[in-house]
Amino acid sequence: MSRVRVLVGTRKGAFVLTADAKREQWDVTGPHFGGWEIYHLKGSPADPDRLYASQSSGWFGQVIQRSSDGGRTWETVGNKFSYDGATGTHQWYDGTPHPWEFARVWHLEPSLTDPDTVYAGVEDAALFRTTDGGQSWHELPGLRTHTSAPSWQPGAGGMCLHTILLDPSRPGRIFVAISAAGAFRSDDDGATWRPINRGLRSEGIPDPHAEVGHCVHRIAMHRSRPGVLFMQKHWDVMRSDDAGDSWREVSGGLPSDFGFPIDVHAHDPETIYVVPIKSDSEHYPPDGKLRVYRSRTGGNEWEALTNGLPQRHCYVNVLRDAMAVDSLDPCGVYFGTTGGQVYASADGGDRWAPIVRDLPSVVSVEVQTLP
Amino acid sequence: MIRVILPAHLRTLARVDGEVKVEVAGPVTVGAVLDALEATYPMLRGTIRDQVTRQRRAFLRFFACEQDLSHDSADTPLPEAIASGAEPLLVVGAMAGG
Repeated sequence: MSRVRVLVGTRKGAFVLTADAKREQWDVTGPHFGGWEIYHLKGSPADPDRLYASQSSGWFGQVIQRSSDGGRTWETVGNKFSYDGATGTHQWYDGTPHPWEFARVWHLEPSLTDPDTVYAGVEDAALFRTTDGGQSWHELPGLRTHTSAPSWQPGAGGMCLHTILLDPSRPGRIFVAISAAGAFRSDDDGATWRPINRGLRSEGIPDPHAEVGHCVHRIAMHRSRPGVLFMQKHWDVMRSDDAGDSWREVSGGLPSDFGFPIDVHAHDPETIYVVPIKSDSEHYPPDGKLRVYRSRTGGNEWEALTNGLPQRHCYVNVLRDAMAVDSLDPCGVYFGTTGGQVYASADGGDRWAPIVRDLPSVVSVEVQTLP
Repeated sequence: MIRVILPAHLRTLARVDGEVKVEVAGPVTVGAVLDALEATYPMLRGTIRDQVTRQRRAFLRFFACEQDLSHDSADTPLPEAIASGAEPLLVVGAMAGG
C-alpha cells in the first residue's frame, strides 16, 4: 500500500509526518535538529530515502544534513557556500550598493534523476549545485553575474533565491525566482539566464513593468506541462503559457491576490491552489478566515475551500514553501502555518484536518508519495 | 591536550557530551585550537568561524581564564592555563533572541 511522508521545516527543527494512503492516522517524528531553523528539506525523486535539509542558525550559520534512510538518521555534509569570483554588489534597502553576502540556504531542489545532484537557492541570491551528495557546493555564477544583478534589491525577508523548478521534459531548463528581482530561466543547465518577467506589473517599483525588480513569491508547474507556469507574486496571481516569456493575471475573484504559496494538483494541471493573505503589512488571512482557494480552470475562477479550516479568529500566515501536493488519487494537499499547524486534505482540498496543531512556526512543507 | 567547552547546539552537532579535548602542535592560539577542533569534528566547520573569511561568527565569543578573548587576534597565544589543560577554552553563544 502506498504511503506519504510529509517533511516539515520549522523555526525550531524539522518534523517527519507519515501515513498510509488513507492519510488519516499519522506518525510524527521530531524535532530533528531541535532549536535550529529548518528553511527547507526535500527528498530525491530518484531515491526517495535520500533527503536533504537546510539547517541554519543566527549563532552558528549554515549546516546541510543528508539522510539515506528517509529521515531516521542524518549526517552532516558540506556547508561551504562560496560565491565564485568577484562578488559584486546589489542594491541595499536604501538603494546603496551592497556586497553579496551569504546568509542561508532557502531551498534545496534535488535532481530529477540523480540523488547526488542537488540545487541550492541561497540568500544573498545565487544558485549553487552539488554533484557529490552535498559534500561540496559550487555556484552557477551566471545568474548572480547577470547584467541586471547590480540593480536587484532584497525583499523584506532578504534577497533570497527561494524557488527552483527543473523542467522534466527538457533537461537543462531551470526556472528560479528571487525576491525581489523576479523570475529567471536558464536553458543551458544554469550557465546563462534571462529574466522572464514580461507581463508582471508591480506598483511598488519605479517602472511597474520593469524587466527585473518584481517580488515574485512562488512559481509552480505541473510536470506533465512544464511550459505552463503559475506564479504568486507579492500582489497578483499570474499565469504563463510560454515558459515564462509572457505572463497574464489570473487573480480574478480572489478576496486578496496577495499571498505566498501556489501549487498545482497532481493529476489535473489546470487545478491550482493559493492561500490569500490580506496584505503585505497584515500577514494574515482576510476576515480571520483561513481559506485555501482552488481554481479548476487555471485561474480567474476561484472557489473557497473552508471545510475543516478555522473560519474565525485565525491570524496565521502560510509561507511560500509551505504548501505541497502528493500524487495519490485523490490528490492530497498539505500546508503549514506560522501558528504551527500542518493541515492535510486527502480529497483535493474539499475537506481539511490538522495533522499537527502545535509545532513551531512552519517554514516549509514537502510531500513524498512512497510505494 | 587542550580542553574546549562548546555550546549545547554544537555539542549536539558534533555528537559529543561534555567538554572536548584536542591536540595542538605548536603555539596554542585560538586559530590553532579551532584548526584542531575542525579537523577532529569536521561538522563544526563554518559554525564557529566563517569558512571563507575565517572571522569569528558574530554571536559567538571566546572566553578563557575569566577573560573575553573574542577580539584578540586568532594568532595571539592563549594563557598558559589553557595551553597546559588546567583551564578550558569556552566557546560561548551570545545570550540573544528574546
